[in-house]
Amino acid sequence: MSSLAQLSEASVSLADRPVLQAASLSVSAGEMVGVIGANGAGKTTLLRALLGLAPLTGGTARLQGREVAHLSDAERASLVAYMPQERRVAWSLPAWRIAALGATDRPAGAARDAALAGLARVGLANLAERGVLDMSGGERARVLLARLLITHAPLMVADEPTAGLDPDAQFLALERLREKATGGRAVLVTLHDLTLAARTCDRLIVLANGRVLADAAPSLALSSANLARAFQLDGALIDTPAGPVVAARRLV
Amino acid sequence: MTVPRQTLFLFFGLLVLAAVAVAVGETALSGAQYRQAFSDPGSPPGEILWSLRAPRVAVAALVGAALGLSGAVLQGLLRNPLAEPGVLGVSAGGGLGAALAIALGLAAVSGAVELAALAGALAAGALVAFASARFREPETLILIGVAISAFGGALTALVFNFSPSPVTSAEVLSWLMGSVANRDWSDAAWALPPMALGLALCLYARPGLLMMTLGEETAALSGLPMARLRAAAVAGAALLTGAAVAASGVIGFVGLAAPHLVRAGARNDPAAILAPSALAGAVLMVVADLLARILPTEVELKLGVVTALFGAPVFAAIAWRAAKSWRS
Repeated sequence: MSSLAQLSEASVSLADRPVLQAASLSVSAGEMVGVIGANGAGKTTLLRALLGLAPLTGGTARLQGREVAHLSDAERASLVAYMPQERRVAWSLPAWRIAALGATDRPAGAARDAALAGLARVGLANLAERGVLDMSGGERARVLLARLLITHAPLMVADEPTAGLDPDAQFLALERLREKATGGRAVLVTLHDLTLAARTCDRLIVLANGRVLADAAPSLALSSANLARAFQLDGALIDTPAGPVVAARRLV
Repeated sequence: MTVPRQTLFLFFGLLVLAAVAVAVGETALSGAQYRQAFSDPGSPPGEILWSLRAPRVAVAALVGAALGLSGAVLQGLLRNPLAEPGVLGVSAGGGLGAALAIALGLAAVSGAVELAALAGALAAGALVAFASARFREPETLILIGVAISAFGGALTALVFNFSPSPVTSAEVLSWLMGSVANRDWSDAAWALPPMALGLALCLYARPGLLMMTLGEETAALSGLPMARLRAAAVAGAALLTGAAVAASGVIGFVGLAAPHLVRAGARNDPAAILAPSALAGAVLMVVADLLARILPTEVELKLGVVTALFGAPVFAAIAWRAAKSWRS
């Protein structure tokens, strides 16, 4: 597997406070990697560092072997697509127009077709003409996911793609991303639901206080020791007929 | 209404209103006089139509289009329905430039006040552009714009304070209230080059406005050269506003209202809204100037007063209705 995205010993400071410290990771084509960690652990900063959106105070961020800071805007866009945690849409454009912003590299007709197909994939086929500000937060989040899914970028990065979604839509969103990984893309997501993370990701990166605590298959990454250190949880990953489940309670 | 249909409707509406604005005025003309104006443009009725009213209508339309376009570009760039050249201090910069020039006795020098207004607007625009490169959050930029606007207003008040004579004060005040009275074709010609350049910059920035709908980070990763597009949008809006302030003085409300009048018709598309916003701005100004001329008041109303007096309540009503479509 070739590495599409790589962070090496990357550090980021915000207002002189270190939020990412010597973090390393690699994401390859065909795999879905999850980033988990408590609030403020540095998950979003890790993604932003990799995408060249957060300036590094140390280390390097590379996309397809090239330093992200040296890529042109167009080159970077051809390598990676990003769905930020920020879900604010400024104007109430029809859903398909928002989704079509993932296909600006295609002619208008093809972009519209791709957008409609993308909306159907996230279960919003009948809301294509609705203004996105007339939708619920969860529906809007799915429109933004559709935009991500129809891009041609080999690396797809999504910051909490399941936030605000109902349980069914959470499964749906991760299934759609999973399909992209199976189809040969590289997918990097941050997640809060540890059970969903265990079930959908090939590998999990556990962050605690800006440092990578573990980078391993879910069964190893979600060890009781890591759950305690990263989340202050007393818990374990349990296999059930429906799939693995993280059972946990607060450490007191 | 689709965008092309709305644009066509506004375009023909503007043509009709402009024709009415040229035909109607304080001096009533008879049918024979209208015929004479067409057959002999050099005749007295011809002079009234083609040398007094037509250039005035043309300047009003140009200024309105510039303000409407500038407002639409700034609202799209800043993702904010409140953004407009007035809010960002660009108009205040133009007003200050003109006030300084008048106070320094340059009113008699042809083109000096206009150039000073353009320079003032561009200086304020440069400050906004500098701030926009430094701070990416639209709210921060709007707050900085409000500060620039307040500071420009304070400096203009200072000019009043030190103004050498009441005559100068009156001149500055009259200028700040905005008017297209007594404009001739040279004023329209003078305004065109900076407006054309501003238009070109705004058209260049257009794809970035649509992508900004999804926010700074998505736009940054869209492959568009956002830093350049942002600079072009701010510079274009500043040039358009500067040229408008230079041609007519400070006129509020049009830059804010024009985009909102057409936003629903453009299905809230911040890029498709540019042409209809410009046309709506032109319509608003032509109508406002017509009202200023034909309302039976002892002294002709100032254009800026009319736009604010009639426009603000109308705008409040639109805002009331449209609030839902802006942001949840």
